[in-house]
Amino acid sequence: MENPDHLSHPFEPTKNELPPESTLHFSLDRRKFLKLTGGGLMVVFVLQDIFSVEGKNLFPGSSPVPVSGVGAWIHIGEDGIVTVYTGKVEVGQNIRTSLSQMVAEELMVPLSSVTMIMGDTDLVPYDRGTFGSLTTPQMGLQLRKAAATAREALVEMAAKLWNTQASGLKAEQGMILHTTANKKIGYGELTKGQQLLMPVADKVRLIEAKDWKVAGKTIPRVNERTFITGKHQYVSDMKLPGMLYGKVLRAPSYGSTLLQADVTKASKMPGVIVVKDGNFIGVVAPDARTSGKALQAIDAKWEESKGQPSNDNIFNYLLKNAPGAREERNSDNSKGDFEKGLTEAEFKHSKTYNIHYIAHVPLEPRAAVAQWVDGKLTVWTGTQRPFGVQQELADIFKLNKEKVRVIVPDTGSGYGGKHTGEAAIEAARLAKESKKPVKIVWSREEEFVWAYFRPGGVIEVNAAVKKDGSITAWKFSNYNSGGSGLETQYKVSNQQIAHLPSNTPLRQGSYRGLATTANVFARECHMTDLARLIKMDPLAFRLMNLEDDRFIAVLQTAARAFGWQGSKISGQGFGIAGGFEKGGYVGCCAEVMINSDKEVKVVRITQAFDCGAIIHPNHLENQVMGSIIQGLGGALFERVEFANGKILNSGLSAYRVPRFSDIPKIEIILIDRKDMPSAGAGEASIIGIAPAIRNAIVDATGIALNGLPMLPNGVLA
Amino acid sequence: MVLTINGVRHEVSVDPDIDLLTVLRDNLGLTGSKYGCGEGVCGACTVLINGNTSRSCITPVNSAVGKEVTTIEGLEKNGKLHAVQEAFMAIDGFQCSYCASGMIMSAVALLRSNPSPSEEAIVKAMNGNICRCGTYPYLVKAIQLASKS
Repeated sequence: MENPDHLSHPFEPTKNELPPESTLHFSLDRRKFLKLTGGGLMVVFVLQDIFSVEGKNLFPGSSPVPVSGVGAWIHIGEDGIVTVYTGKVEVGQNIRTSLSQMVAEELMVPLSSVTMIMGDTDLVPYDRGTFGSLTTPQMGLQLRKAAATAREALVEMAAKLWNTQASGLKAEQGMILHTTANKKIGYGELTKGQQLLMPVADKVRLIEAKDWKVAGKTIPRVNERTFITGKHQYVSDMKLPGMLYGKVLRAPSYGSTLLQADVTKASKMPGVIVVKDGNFIGVVAPDARTSGKALQAIDAKWEESKGQPSNDNIFNYLLKNAPGAREERNSDNSKGDFEKGLTEAEFKHSKTYNIHYIAHVPLEPRAAVAQWVDGKLTVWTGTQRPFGVQQELADIFKLNKEKVRVIVPDTGSGYGGKHTGEAAIEAARLAKESKKPVKIVWSREEEFVWAYFRPGGVIEVNAAVKKDGSITAWKFSNYNSGGSGLETQYKVSNQQIAHLPSNTPLRQGSYRGLATTANVFARECHMTDLARLIKMDPLAFRLMNLEDDRFIAVLQTAARAFGWQGSKISGQGFGIAGGFEKGGYVGCCAEVMINSDKEVKVVRITQAFDCGAIIHPNHLENQVMGSIIQGLGGALFERVEFANGKILNSGLSAYRVPRFSDIPKIEIILIDRKDMPSAGAGEASIIGIAPAIRNAIVDATGIALNGLPMLPNGVLA
Repeated sequence: MVLTINGVRHEVSVDPDIDLLTVLRDNLGLTGSKYGCGEGVCGACTVLINGNTSRSCITPVNSAVGKEVTTIEGLEKNGKLHAVQEAFMAIDGFQCSYCASGMIMSAVALLRSNPSPSEEAIVKAMNGNICRCGTYPYLVKAIQLASKS
């Protein structure tokens, strides 16, 4: 069994993150959902290119279509209940609500008749995972099309039943109405006794955002009562009959090799089973305390790997370990002649930005419950990639994927930090050996040490600007922190932009916005520095170099609400920053106050955000708020401390995250672009806060900070 | 040993020094209180002992003997939510909600001792509870709303 420590970085923070295509075939899944849902109308979303390849006879036959081509399906039962099946999972984005809204809108049914089945590999079609702000623009659109297809089919069915024209009928509140004939029939009644299966009509007419009645509105969150009464069962709350509690022996540091382990004492403890398999040692017991004691009773000797880098030398280490020559650039991102551009302008500015590793710290640590019944493995676990974890389990236990079911109950957050299935694998391994259901809940320390981090990195920026504000040269080299958000949206005549992966000493992976937090930080710091060099207002400098209306609009909206042009007193500074990522535009203004002891206080934040047509205004604002506040931690004080393969701040008393007292006054302005497709909100909204604060500090003091976090001790050096 | 949880007597046979949170969750099936940090600094495990907030993950179970323990499960009475729960429902401010039980218990204790807290008092009283999703401003609003009811 593989120790996560020994895996290569499974999730590059850029495009490589996407897992391989599924090899399952649609004919199998067709049986799956027909068996599941019985009679009624089923609408399946299949990607358009599959139609063009396979033709419309796809469904009656058994042509093999990759499961990855099927995004979602909707079933309307004979009782009128609408069930939506999607592989997306709920980790706090409130998509259970927003996706329900979109379906209810298109299908013209009351929201209460919609049930979402999410993240259960036995019940839902294949999905790559819940990441990359893809739920709203992709899954949301698929479900809207599926619902609209169902609505149109129901109208057709009613027209046939009443022997009339479909154009004279309309759908409303789960019924088809024939107003002139004063007839109506419920969806359930229409589909009664039939088993209908139809593909989504890709060109189906969707209801435009400006005409939305259910979507676009703030409505109560689905299942909210179960959360505020403590009744919702997270994976860590689950208990199966006969279930044992598992614990896994961890190495003292990264890269350690187990030399020997004496498990005699632990094995003799009543009710304890010890599982030893290579470097993996786990225990199970009838209660958590006994499994903890059993783990402590194991006498293990490890050989530790010496000479690993620490925070003190990490940036040099990442630079040195980036493969290829320092000057090797990815030519795809180059244009013009950078060197020539440097000579064309009066002002040059070169700076290196250092980004520390940070931790996701989902409040619910990794957890899993695993059960084997007749050779089939079922695992409940909190992951953002249920099908990815299914694949991991199938590979490790050498099973067909149909023999592995992964179920993801609504989970205690992820932020990109729960793409993997460590706890699921461990619980399954222990359950197999003990022949009982096993639960594993990682401790906070395990979550800090044995999950993965947002990458650290070094970003070198070298630019030249003319006195009139035109940027003639822009060189941007990102070492290790990732390629997302690498490209500048500002007008630049000559550029060289590159992401150079390095040999990270810490296991790294996805995070909100991936590398965009780091890249936008470096870019937006540099933009303000260039503006200051030529004594131009940083907002005006940005605006004159932008062409994207939506980017311009968020900057202007934020600045106006903030009072950008307002006068300032000594110690007070204003900063602005903006960015674009995954369909979302953000403009952020920050005010700081710095006292004579050089203590920095973030006084207020004003952020404008545009991610197209808004589905749920309150929940969208909540996502933006959460991003600003989580972003505040990474901006100011969050930093993983490490040395010699050990994490030194692996508890919440040592690793500081934002608390109530850290929160400045925050104003959020949402721009509802009903003419634009809805995009995700959980990522783009985090990228503006850090550079806005940094730029406010330079405005107040002239001190141009160049690293994240900026103020681990709250004081300017 | 005998514990009184939400007004109900429970006889449990556990090590006296085991943490109250584990007993609540694993022995009594009261899983509303959550594990978040194991060192009493995140507030997810907050329960009330004789009306005062207590971090159950670092509270030895025997210290709760003879006292009234209230957990999130004890707030709802006859299907009616506690006023603080009603306010949190109305504001709808949580995201993943894993912190919700602890937040609500801390807010209940605050409003019992100070029925009309200032924003500053709310921040001070709630500062031991972490919401990693960063929903704090909505939680302040919910507590303000509850204080008016």
